[in-house]
Amino acid sequence: MGFERYLLRRIALVVPTLVGVTLITFVLTYLLPGNPALVKAGSLATPEHIAEMEHKMGLDQPIYVQYGRYVRGLLSGDLGESTSTGRPVLEDFRQRVPATLELTLASLLIAVGVGIPLGVLSAVHRDTLVDHVSRLIGVGGVAMPSFWTGLLLIYVFFYALGVAPAPLGRLGPEITPPTRITGLYVVDALVTGNGRALASSLHHLMLPAITLGFAVMAPLTRMVRATMLEILESDFVKAAWAAGLTPRQVIYGDALRNALIPVITVLGVIFGFLMAGNVVVEIVYAWPGLGNYAVTSLMTKDSGPIQSFVLFVAVVYVLVNLAVDLLYGLVDPRIRLR
Amino acid sequence: MTAWRRLAHDRLSFVGLVALGLVALAAGSAPWITPYDPDAPDAEATLSSVSAHHWMGTDVYGRDQLSRIVHASRVDLLVALGATAMALTAGTLIGALSGYRGGWTDQIVMRAIDAVMAFPAFILAMGITAALGNTITNVVVAIAITHVPIYTRVIRGEMLKVREMEYAEAARTVGNPVRRIVLRHLLPNCVPPLIVQATLAMGFAILTVAALSFIGLGILPPQSEWGAMTAEGAGNIVSGEWWLFVFPGLAIMVTVLAFNLVGDTLRDVLDPRMRGVR
Repeated sequence: MGFERYLLRRIALVVPTLVGVTLITFVLTYLLPGNPALVKAGSLATPEHIAEMEHKMGLDQPIYVQYGRYVRGLLSGDLGESTSTGRPVLEDFRQRVPATLELTLASLLIAVGVGIPLGVLSAVHRDTLVDHVSRLIGVGGVAMPSFWTGLLLIYVFFYALGVAPAPLGRLGPEITPPTRITGLYVVDALVTGNGRALASSLHHLMLPAITLGFAVMAPLTRMVRATMLEILESDFVKAAWAAGLTPRQVIYGDALRNALIPVITVLGVIFGFLMAGNVVVEIVYAWPGLGNYAVTSLMTKDSGPIQSFVLFVAVVYVLVNLAVDLLYGLVDPRIRLR
Repeated sequence: MTAWRRLAHDRLSFVGLVALGLVALAAGSAPWITPYDPDAPDAEATLSSVSAHHWMGTDVYGRDQLSRIVHASRVDLLVALGATAMALTAGTLIGALSGYRGGWTDQIVMRAIDAVMAFPAFILAMGITAALGNTITNVVVAIAITHVPIYTRVIRGEMLKVREMEYAEAARTVGNPVRRIVLRHLLPNCVPPLIVQATLAMGFAILTVAALSFIGLGILPPQSEWGAMTAEGAGNIVSGEWWLFVFPGLAIMVTVLAFNLVGDTLRDVLDPRMRGVR
């Protein structure tokens, strides 16, 4: 099958999934307790007032009409309004996406930068101390709740050693944010040559990124180790050895390059872990991102933003998985036949 | 019996089994073994550090941390167990139906499962508890819903395989009703992979309930729960009362680790095909 047909088929599969996703968030937003009209009308509202509000919001209409309006709203970028900030949720999101994106990318970088070499090392030195330590790190990353890892790091590096900044956001209180270009402080500070902001933002990013990166690293290491072991046994690697290539050329050249292909598939899973881990890590470090916003809005009995957040994450997750599949289909033609 | 023997012989999973046994024992006998009432404040002993009287220190109200953590194990284990049992039952029935019937039923079920799996599990659990309100039952339901796809997919796959086998055909030929064929003849053959998945899912469930409670969406104080206790203790980091957040987190880690170690070994023993998948 050609790549174009695979592409079309895979994209067509996304549509029913997205419909299902919106059905679920619709149910969570409109059909379950926490009547939005009740919330909007306030706690002092009379029954007539509530009924009027329900009518105004269209809650007295048949479900499918409501769902239709919900989807139309979503397509035009209407994610509802936040009663705590009094602004459209989409606008609040736009402001906070960069913080979440910065944390996600930095964590991914750490997970990939540490996880892949660790997987290679434990495959090459199978059943040695290196392998056991690597397994221990993986098992620990999965079993330790990331909020706890975060608190431990804060305790050691902020409270005890004093080398990390207070876990209160993305920059020191005395630093003004760099001129906004991408919204990622590290990138913006680099581009504008703002040394002070760069140092402060990296300093603040350090612990949250390590916390999250450590938590999501395990599947990556495990996958690299497993495929590496398989490939080191394969004929072409044996041929490479026989041809007299150095261990470096064989392991980091031929073997690793081929071992990295299946790793692409884990990236989707890792991204899901990252989105989930973000929420908790953002709370621990008072990181002003999407998850933090969704959870804090809930403190004021405002469940709109949290459901929009759930929807947003699901849509992004579906698209990331689509991208991962397409990428995989591109580098490994065999997959298109499945 | 061989599965048990393998579990006991593998060093890591043996440690896991022992840890699980201890946690279960602690949860089961909490009211009788804890030195203090978990909810009783003690104005004389507020924020006291680790000592012979209070092995894990006390909190702002002078409540004994050890007693609270032991009592909390009941909540965390029960929620995880309830969610796993619920998801296992629902997921198995749905998967069996979908796999055995095939056709349209299968199509609809699989699209629904795809939709649930389109959400990262923790995020969907957040949305569900936020919508339903945070009570223990709702947390159980939320986690269960996010876990249903695990079992549905396992069972559906097994069903597609075993329904064509000769013994299934034999059961059909002698006129057994569908329900009987599925429940009596086919399902028992799908049990091993289910046990593996359920064990690993217990670890996930405990992490989820703890994280939900940590962000204020799960079990609420004053009910002692590991995640909520960690959140309460987090405020005391800057004043150096480390025991308040370290011990509840440690309890989570040990329990989850134990489930994972046992689950990993079980997978190798019962379900060799799944090795290295997760």
